[in-house]
Amino acid sequence: MRYLPLSEDDRRQMLAAVGAHGIDDLFGDVPASARLAAPVDLPGHQGEIAVEQAFRDFAGRNLSPASAPCFLGAGLYRHHIPAAVDHLIQRGEFLTAYTPYQPEVAQGTLQYLFEFQTQVALLTGMEVANASMYDGATACAEAVLMAVRLGKSRRRALIAGGVHPHYRDVTATYGRFADIEIVAAPPRWPETGDPAARVDGETACVVVQNPDVFGRIHDYTELGDACHRAGALLIVIVCEPVSLGAITPPGDMGADIVVGEGQSFGNATGFGGPTVGLFATHTRFIRQMPGRLVGQTVDADGRRGFVLTLSTREQHIRREKATSNICTNSGLCALAFTIHLTLLGETGLRRLAALNHANAVALADRLARVPGVEVPDGSFFNELTVRLPRPAVPVVEELAAGGVLAGVPASRLFPGAPGMEPLLILVASELTSESDMDRLTAGLREALS
Amino acid sequence: MSAADRTHTGHRGLQLEEALIFEQGAPERTAVDLPEPAEHADRLGGLRRRGAIGLPGLSEPEVVRHYTRLSQKNYCIDSGLYPLGSCTMKHNPRLNEKVARLPGLGDLHPLQPVSTVQGALEVIHTCAHWLKTLTGMPAVAMSPGAGAHGELVGLMTIRAAIEDRGERRARVLVPESAHGTNPATAHACGYAVETIPADGRGRVDLEALRAKLDTDVAAIMVTNPNTCGLFETDIIEFAAATHAVGAFFYCDGANFNAIVGRVRPADLGIDCMHINLHKTFSTPHGGGGPGSGPVVLTADLAPYAPLPYVVFDGERYLLIEQGADDAGAKPIGRIKGFHGQFGMFTRALAYMMAMGADGLRQASGDAVLNANYVMARLKDVLHPAFPGPCMHEVVFDDTTLKDTGVSTLDLAKALIDEGFHPMTVYFPLVVHGAMLVEPTETESRETLDLFIETMRALVARAKAGEAEAFHQAPRLTPRRRLDEAAAARRPILRWQPVPVDRAAE
Amino acid sequence: MAHVRYTPEHEWIRIDADVGTVGITDFAQQQLGDIVFVELPAVGSQLRAGAEAAVVESVKAASEVYAPASGEVVEVNEALAEGPENVNADALGGGWFFKVRLADPGELEGLMEQSAYKEYVAGLG
Repeated sequence: MRYLPLSEDDRRQMLAAVGAHGIDDLFGDVPASARLAAPVDLPGHQGEIAVEQAFRDFAGRNLSPASAPCFLGAGLYRHHIPAAVDHLIQRGEFLTAYTPYQPEVAQGTLQYLFEFQTQVALLTGMEVANASMYDGATACAEAVLMAVRLGKSRRRALIAGGVHPHYRDVTATYGRFADIEIVAAPPRWPETGDPAARVDGETACVVVQNPDVFGRIHDYTELGDACHRAGALLIVIVCEPVSLGAITPPGDMGADIVVGEGQSFGNATGFGGPTVGLFATHTRFIRQMPGRLVGQTVDADGRRGFVLTLSTREQHIRREKATSNICTNSGLCALAFTIHLTLLGETGLRRLAALNHANAVALADRLARVPGVEVPDGSFFNELTVRLPRPAVPVVEELAAGGVLAGVPASRLFPGAPGMEPLLILVASELTSESDMDRLTAGLREALS
Repeated sequence: MSAADRTHTGHRGLQLEEALIFEQGAPERTAVDLPEPAEHADRLGGLRRRGAIGLPGLSEPEVVRHYTRLSQKNYCIDSGLYPLGSCTMKHNPRLNEKVARLPGLGDLHPLQPVSTVQGALEVIHTCAHWLKTLTGMPAVAMSPGAGAHGELVGLMTIRAAIEDRGERRARVLVPESAHGTNPATAHACGYAVETIPADGRGRVDLEALRAKLDTDVAAIMVTNPNTCGLFETDIIEFAAATHAVGAFFYCDGANFNAIVGRVRPADLGIDCMHINLHKTFSTPHGGGGPGSGPVVLTADLAPYAPLPYVVFDGERYLLIEQGADDAGAKPIGRIKGFHGQFGMFTRALAYMMAMGADGLRQASGDAVLNANYVMARLKDVLHPAFPGPCMHEVVFDDTTLKDTGVSTLDLAKALIDEGFHPMTVYFPLVVHGAMLVEPTETESRETLDLFIETMRALVARAKAGEAEAFHQAPRLTPRRRLDEAAAARRPILRWQPVPVDRAAE
Repeated sequence: MAHVRYTPEHEWIRIDADVGTVGITDFAQQQLGDIVFVELPAVGSQLRAGAEAAVVESVKAASEVYAPASGEVVEVNEALAEGPENVNADALGGGWFFKVRLADPGELEGLMEQSAYKEYVAGLG
């Protein structure tokens, strides 16, 4: 029991100081009927060698994207993580610190969160961002709740068909319990449908995504104008923040709230979590914002320092009147995000985005030459949707058996929705090599022949 | 700061000042070497980003130095005792970090075909098995992203179950000593919150609870052991009274670390409880997340568990991502993207396997022993708000500081100069000037003795009239007390570039 | 001289003809500590006596301010947006919150005079 420092002798002496005969005496307040006399029916303690081997065995029963050409995206993206990121986030001072409630001994956490907030604001083109949310999907749900608070009596949210279904579904679950009407449009491809037509005086907000779940890039400026004319807010989701190194940010299109997933910077796809939710908005809305905020101030000697601020919005002070029940942010994932983005800088991010786009264009060209695969003409960043001549699920299974992770079948995201079965959503990134594309197209040719 | 401490650089020995990244570097500088993209057509649809984003450019050594210097301004469990009550700052084993990063676990994509992630689904299933066995509950929803998120999911399943039987109920009862998340969660789930008073023993007043329970109450939310560090001795009666009016018993499991391996919440009659993996099961706090908050459920609530969930059919692990099924599932829907905090499941499972059933039982015993030892050795100089024995944490009030001019906050700040992280202060709200000390099982007797002696010395100084020294504390930290009022009055929430015209002046 | 009345929740109201000016008392601002934000009602909104009308926040607490009397809000103290510390500095003067056109001056009968409020506060200590 290498994690427990007390020796039997310590325990005896400490029990004597406490005035108890044994540790069980200290549990006298537990009703006797609920006290377990012996350990529960689970294995006993194990050394590091055995535990590590057990996890190597678990890992061995999976196909690692590191050893397979991987074209999976649809909300989480595999990018190269510079070595410095993981080294720095594992420093104990970051890894094993708590929420910075005592700012004098937490300036490290507070300063990086302040820098994170600034980076997110700059990337999204918004005035202010918070210190992060659980993930992109919950950030989206919280954004809709915030829009409803701001919209007073308006209780309807319109969700476009191009929104990631997890974001749509999480928002619908939150909405159901907050008595908000969530109206979600069905997914459509290759055309998109126009949510603007349905904005009215009951609408608190319209939720769209850029690039959308099929990879298409949109200019939402007109939609934003339509929302604002009707007194509604425009919420824009960004699932792939690397795209913001190449395309116009939502803030420049009239977005009122930008939410998103920050995983692409510094965080592995990690089988889905933990990741880091992004949340940015206008300064005039900050008091309705959920989540933690770090602000700049001065200390008793007049030196610049940082503190958690505007805490009166939060649950530990406001209790049932809080803007959200959220208690944590995603601190360490936000740290990974901010370190990676700092390593990239303006130049590196532009280059990374250009590489992703170039490889996606090459992928589109390659796929267009595979007989039976239909590649649309529209715009995309690093992710695109193609139509196969038969359902995508078995094709993907067949390629996986051959060691290629070919992409995400749209029917896995939108089961039962019309027209989704033949659609396959693929990503190319800076990690995608010529030979990866060769193996993909060869696999597709074979599967489709 | 005295003149003798002043330096040309502003650095003070190992305390290095560090500017914001936005005040460093140059735009063309970068810490990555990425290849030049091949010539390609632009498919961005005319929406290429124009103008500078405004991100700073730094080289790799500058970046490494920046974050290393920032890290040195933080206190952490790795550096010393962190007795923050209700937060459970226990050791974070590095084996957890290692296994979470193994290729084939840390790098999996959640939308890979399930045939390629059988080992990952087995991790989730195995972690769930441990949690169910330790709590005695038949089901667990693994996907909540944090403790408060687990609370929300728990209350959603309760509301769904109530509505499914054709009822609507309006109120949730919450003790006055509860964490703020409890009332916030009940409100977020559409319920009115009603407060249950505590009795003189720091426990929920059973008679007051009974008086408020009726068929309009959907649930009670009770933390056990509670936020005063005490076991709710009447908890089985709470459950019986709650069930008698058709309501559900939500238990806030934030303090499960006190009883793990010794008490199964199922045997107390609870219906639903979240477990903070970062508290009881040693996943890192990470400066404020990510957390993970699986929720255990009774058979009555299990059908409403959120999507997705993992099922083992005897041969293969299946990931159920959609809708109701023939077996009676009526999920509330999805509450988080993808499949939950998988990286936290690997860490928590690594910890549970390392500790084993015997080690977990020893850990809760040691945690409770350590808290009682602190109480026993401080109770003549600090006043415990409630008589012992306590569970994993002990709460003192500020009675002994009365008329010294030293507040609970001052004492906390003085502890910082002594090299300790302070205990939780002013929580729970029901204790005046509360100091909530949770040493955890991580601390050796020697560390506890030093902490105890330090507290005794500080109280003696307070009583000796040295209030002014306390008001000046902390003096030895990278920053001294910060002006939180100024921060809130005129919020500065991001760095702003100096406007070009003003910079040119 | 205008007539000032007090509530048990530590609001004051100063009556000039049919308009009452409302703020929080010096005792209230001391209890709250450094005030960092005041959320005021909209001009034109209708207040009901005893109902929540404004929120006053310190760093660590948020407190509701209740309307001492019913009526329409005719003016709010815009200066508090930039200078919430005015409530600490001059709670009974420059730190006023809003003005309400009294719907029923009879409602004020139940409120405390200054001497009664002083006694009330002394009893809280």
